[in-house]
Amino acid sequence: MNLTLKVWRQSGPTDSGRMVTYRVEDVSPDMSFLEMLDVLNERLTIEGDDPIAFDHDCREGICGMCGMVINGVAHGEQRATTTCQLHMRHFEDGAVITIEPWRAAPFPVVKDLVVDRSAFDRIIQAGGFVSVPAGSAPDAHSMPVRKEDADAAFDAATCIGCGACVAACPNGSASLFTAAKITHLSLLPQGQPERLSRAKAMVDQMDAEGFGGCTNTGECTAVCPKGIPLDTIAQMNSDYLKANAK
Amino acid sequence: MTATIERGAATAPVRTPKSDPPAKKPGSKRTRGFLASSNGKKAVMAVTGAVMVTFLVLHMLGNLKIFLGRDSFNEYAHALRVLGAPLLPYRTVLTILEIILVVSVVLHMWAAISLARRARKARPVRYVAKKSQAGGYTTHIMRFGGVTILLYVVWHLLDLTFGVVNPKGFDSLPADRMMAGFEPSRWWVTLVYVVAVVMVGLHLRHGVWSAFQTLGWANRTRYKALKATAGLLSAALLVGFLAPPLAITFGVLK
Repeated sequence: MNLTLKVWRQSGPTDSGRMVTYRVEDVSPDMSFLEMLDVLNERLTIEGDDPIAFDHDCREGICGMCGMVINGVAHGEQRATTTCQLHMRHFEDGAVITIEPWRAAPFPVVKDLVVDRSAFDRIIQAGGFVSVPAGSAPDAHSMPVRKEDADAAFDAATCIGCGACVAACPNGSASLFTAAKITHLSLLPQGQPERLSRAKAMVDQMDAEGFGGCTNTGECTAVCPKGIPLDTIAQMNSDYLKANAK
Repeated sequence: MTATIERGAATAPVRTPKSDPPAKKPGSKRTRGFLASSNGKKAVMAVTGAVMVTFLVLHMLGNLKIFLGRDSFNEYAHALRVLGAPLLPYRTVLTILEIILVVSVVLHMWAAISLARRARKARPVRYVAKKSQAGGYTTHIMRFGGVTILLYVVWHLLDLTFGVVNPKGFDSLPADRMMAGFEPSRWWVTLVYVVAVVMVGLHLRHGVWSAFQTLGWANRTRYKALKATAGLLSAALLVGFLAPPLAITFGVLK
């Protein structure tokens, strides 16, 4: 396969950045998207050019490090797939592919396609924890959890914090991420003591970071590589309103 | 003897900003308080939206009285003004309802504008290519639709409430104003009205279920029912509001 890439190049946080066009030849359809970029980067390095910087780690779709907006869609058009698990067989030979970093004020570009997602860490720090009694481990069956609650909590807990929801949202909102983290804990008995204060602290931190508000467009859940459902946001709203009513 | 390979830096040095930005803390002035939070504004939007939808349903039912004859419509208009009579003075209840409605419109707009400004600030650099994945065209015309509806409401009040742009003027019976306003020669008024009502329908298709989501009453088992309700309500309002003017313009009602 031969491809034309239009990639966002930005040498550092203060650079204004621009789109640069590259030709990539002899791409195997079995390559992942990141491997295709590796091939291009090898060539750029040999030619003495600066390779394209992008985040990646596990390359098996579970760490949440990789992520770029491919042809206008976060992680590419393949549903429920991270960029590292997106394979070149989903593209046509001769295709022109646009690659951009996540675009949001709270996610400043570090370099090229790498953005700083520390804002997510601060949202987690604000309330993404539970109090546990110190001492010996409790018996596994000492705290019953309904199957439905366990399933829903697990669905929310699969969030890998990649930031695709923010990238896809027309408002640059981090609601799906924050809601996933809140829901994950608020559906389980272990999360009950801080349930309302958690929702308030995390939503307030989300606002303080400068993310936009949710308008229920559903763009986030459509691109989420883990398919976090939209009703986690309703759960977050419910907890937040209760926290403010108190 | 060990061979060493000079790998050099993996990437070119990155220029860092002069100082780390200070960690943003909640509780700073900008984010304090329920109404300053994005979720608080959303709740204001949902509640005021619900007030307006309730008004629309009642308004539509009132409009349909024109099909029972001009007298029926005029009696209804009069009854609105003497609600609570003789205990309450003329137009007391109606004025209170009007104030609630105006406050709702203003708060709804305030929430919408401040959320839109917040959204704009959250994405200072736009995408070169952006493709919607959710497929809900109604969600993308909410702000545009809201402005269209507002402009229409101004015209509508001038036409049928104050009679400024109505051929019959203010000192006429409500049914006469309505019949004169939509008569066949004024087909363009009907056209404006149709466009506005369609906008309302599209606004509510997203708005109604969205309000439930915002107030935290939605979940995956209720989504289907909520979206169906939003669709049915929008369709009912669309038909109910379009029937009288179209019937007048096409001469069904005389």
